[in-house]
Amino acid sequence: MDFTLRKEHEMARTLFKEFAEKEVKPLAQEVDETEEFPRETVAKMAKNGFLGIPIPKEYGGQGCDPLTYAMCVEELSKVCGTTGVIVSAHTSLCCDPIMTFGTEEQKQKYLVPLAKGEKLGAFGLTEPGAGTDAQGQQTKAVLEGDEYVINGSKIFITNGKEADVYVIFAVTGMIEKKGRKIKEISSFIVEKGTPGFSFGTKEKKMGIRGSSTYELIFTDCRVPKENLLGKVGQGFKIAMHTLDGGRIGIAAQALGIAEGALDRTIAYTKERKQFGKSIAAQQNTQFQLADMATKVQAAQLLVYKAAMAKATQKEYGFEAAQAKLYAAEVAMEVTTKAVQLHGGYGYTREYDVERMMRDAKITEIYEGTSEVQRMVISAALLK
Amino acid sequence: MNLEEYKGVYVFAQQVDNCINSIAFELIGKGKDLANDLGTEVTAVLVGSDVKGLADELAEYGADKVIVVDDPELKEYRTEPYAHALASVIQKYKPEIFLVGATAIGRDLGPRVSARIHTGLTADCTQLDIGDFPINPVPGKEQKHNQLLMTRPAFGGNTIATIACPDFRPQMATVRPGVMQKKEKKAGVKANVEEFNPGFTPDNKYVEILEVVKAVSDTVDIMDAKILVSGGRGMGSPENFKMLEDLADVLGGTVSCSRAVVDAGWKPKDLQVGQTGKTVRPNVYFAVGISGAIQHLAGMEESDIIIAINKDDTAPIFDVADFGLVGDLNKIVPALTEKLRAELADKN
Amino acid sequence: MKVVVCIKQVPDTKGGVKFNPDGTLDRAAMMTIMNPDDKAGLEAALRLKDQYGAEVTVLTMGLPKAEDVLREAIAMGADKGVLVTDRVLGGADTWATSQTLAGALRNMEYDLIITGRQAIDGDTAQVGPQISEHLNIPVISYAQNLKIEGDSVIVERQFDDRYHVLKAKMPCLITALAELNEPRYMTPGGIFDACKAEITVWGRADLKDVEDSNLGLKGSPTQIAKASDKVRKGAGEKVTLDPAEAVDYIVGKLKEKHVI
Repeated sequence: MDFTLRKEHEMARTLFKEFAEKEVKPLAQEVDETEEFPRETVAKMAKNGFLGIPIPKEYGGQGCDPLTYAMCVEELSKVCGTTGVIVSAHTSLCCDPIMTFGTEEQKQKYLVPLAKGEKLGAFGLTEPGAGTDAQGQQTKAVLEGDEYVINGSKIFITNGKEADVYVIFAVTGMIEKKGRKIKEISSFIVEKGTPGFSFGTKEKKMGIRGSSTYELIFTDCRVPKENLLGKVGQGFKIAMHTLDGGRIGIAAQALGIAEGALDRTIAYTKERKQFGKSIAAQQNTQFQLADMATKVQAAQLLVYKAAMAKATQKEYGFEAAQAKLYAAEVAMEVTTKAVQLHGGYGYTREYDVERMMRDAKITEIYEGTSEVQRMVISAALLK
Repeated sequence: MNLEEYKGVYVFAQQVDNCINSIAFELIGKGKDLANDLGTEVTAVLVGSDVKGLADELAEYGADKVIVVDDPELKEYRTEPYAHALASVIQKYKPEIFLVGATAIGRDLGPRVSARIHTGLTADCTQLDIGDFPINPVPGKEQKHNQLLMTRPAFGGNTIATIACPDFRPQMATVRPGVMQKKEKKAGVKANVEEFNPGFTPDNKYVEILEVVKAVSDTVDIMDAKILVSGGRGMGSPENFKMLEDLADVLGGTVSCSRAVVDAGWKPKDLQVGQTGKTVRPNVYFAVGISGAIQHLAGMEESDIIIAINKDDTAPIFDVADFGLVGDLNKIVPALTEKLRAELADKN
Repeated sequence: MKVVVCIKQVPDTKGGVKFNPDGTLDRAAMMTIMNPDDKAGLEAALRLKDQYGAEVTVLTMGLPKAEDVLREAIAMGADKGVLVTDRVLGGADTWATSQTLAGALRNMEYDLIITGRQAIDGDTAQVGPQISEHLNIPVISYAQNLKIEGDSVIVERQFDDRYHVLKAKMPCLITALAELNEPRYMTPGGIFDACKAEITVWGRADLKDVEDSNLGLKGSPTQIAKASDKVRKGAGEKVTLDPAEAVDYIVGKLKEKHVI
């Protein structure tokens, strides 16, 4: 077993790091302050192929692996959590299900422009009454002739108003399973601009404030039946499979936030002097940093392992859940300690760790809360 | 190559639009010192079209002899006819030292000439001495005397290296403008002129000049300024440079800046001090809101008096400043301007 | 159209220079990057590829690990990489380096050779013009703009107070300034391809029409007499004063030094 990265991953990291430092970091504070979606950065990422990293070249992507993609999200999130989640939601939650479940026509029509970055993608599963519990879905899709008519709404949608292509879930009927009547859920590709598809309110969030989080509203929204993704009733499976991949993206985001906070804290504690010596010279600081760095390293190993599992295994939900659970909790812990070690300055918006602590929190919540990850992990253990 | 055949210190007297560049006088000045050490003379090589009349000016600054290569092909600078001119002069007159200014022209011309005559060229020298090579005797190796020792910064000003060219002649160097001192001008001295034309026949290496576009500039060259008020990223905005202009006005100085300021688009590149900008050596250098990256220090640390104003007391600029002030430039600079204005008004 | 870009792997002096205890540079401890002027030259070549379909080959001389910089160039879009590496080429000054590269170029096809103006580790700006001399082709240094017209290149060449618009017949060599353009990033897919790409590796025997006496340390006319970490002028006074006191302090010093 060898923990050294392959040459291409080393080079990719150099690329992502350079891009993040030069193009993303200078805007991170402003993006947070103004809560404005960083459109120019997204355009630059599109130009450089960052929006189709794990997608094969024949579908307009870069033909790299999930690890390269995870590293991209990690490096972006080191300097800006918002930018990290934009790439993650686009790639894992929109490109990936179309790649995995789409027809050749759907791939040509939607995946190619998504992977090239000409279009941005989003994913709509969560509803006011259905977050972690996908069976609580209220949005309905009814087949009328050659079209599905969708009614309902989705909330907390990342890339909400900025995306062009949405993977949406809706109830298409009731079925019996093990003697119980349950909802039959199907998945659809919906384009922005489709009549009956509009946006509700923009969420005002604690962190990742530049990401465009919106409510999606469907009122007699008609989509051609060719836009059914996968088969009728396959929606739940598609959603779960997609979230397994998404969790690797979010785990990478959490990892990046933790690494960014650690880097800044190391630099700060070396500079900041109290009682005549740098606070890095205090044993408390040293021990805190040691713990932070060790946990960050452990999180990185789990995230990379999950990314590799996605490349080599059919099922990788267990690895993804562990990576996401651990990286998110490490992100929260490390950023909290980072603020503490920065003292009063760490509580001000002048220092990045304040933003990072707010950004970290969401990684314990979205794409399956930490509690859901524990359910997934324990279910596999007790199977 | 018989090294003994090569005699004398030669300098390239760069002219543009029939106006001699100050670097020519600086090279003559340094060349004089070297020639004294070697017991020889300084010859200036003047290349251009209709330039013979400029020869006396070179003599006034100390050139013992002036070789004039005058040809219509040499009107505007182009690498090829100029390289041919200098290479021909070297082949005919066999100088032991040949100095060229490290100007845009010199740094283009020098390498082409040195490659043609097969000798070494040391770029961008900041110090030239006559001495032994190796500097200290090495057993089993001949120590040569009266060698040109050429010292130059490398690695972005992080190291300095002294280079010799013991087995080839001439020993060639390009020399940073603004570093060497010119001799005092002796008005009325007439030049000892020798004309030489090796013949110019255009070949594939000649390029065609389609257009010459001169950038209009009414500002003082920062390399000539006695007092420089230099601003860095810490100024915060291009508008804040008004403060520095006011201070410079009161003192009769000029505003310059750091690379960060040029990169940000606040000031044009010709005001940039540093490794990739200009080397300056004013009497007083104010470094305001400049942290003092090593590349910047390389361009200004020879200034006579350096006064630094910066809010960050760990800024490296304080390591070279004669007088360092830790404080808010926005308060100190305008107050200083007012105070100086009052002081100077009292005097008058 | 065939373009060869000469690139160099250099220590990143921006990130701070590290020294061994004996005062020599600790190259191993420093990050390496593609020399910035060379990168601008590569970008210029890649634009010729985008515009005219030019084939872009990158050429470097160095230790075997200089292969990395060729892969970086390929990840940006270059078509092929050639590494010239051989023990006997080590310790070369600009004369011997330009002889080596010219020897390699004689075995390559080119309409245009692009080099960076200068490398940040040496700052000599000599190798480009010297290569052109050895190959007996025209040189245009400090290119700020570049276009192709028939069998010629038209280049804006920067001087201190002016620029020349110059036209040279190909084959010719131009040297590029970092200010020439904003180099593109590598792409992730380009990186994966670059890591699979075959790099041509040449040694001494592959250099054409070059004598041994012009190569490596032995073939270098210039020799280092002394190298050292730069000795800086010591720090003077440093004071923290409120603005009014600060002003009096500076005015006092200017008077003391007879500036005013």
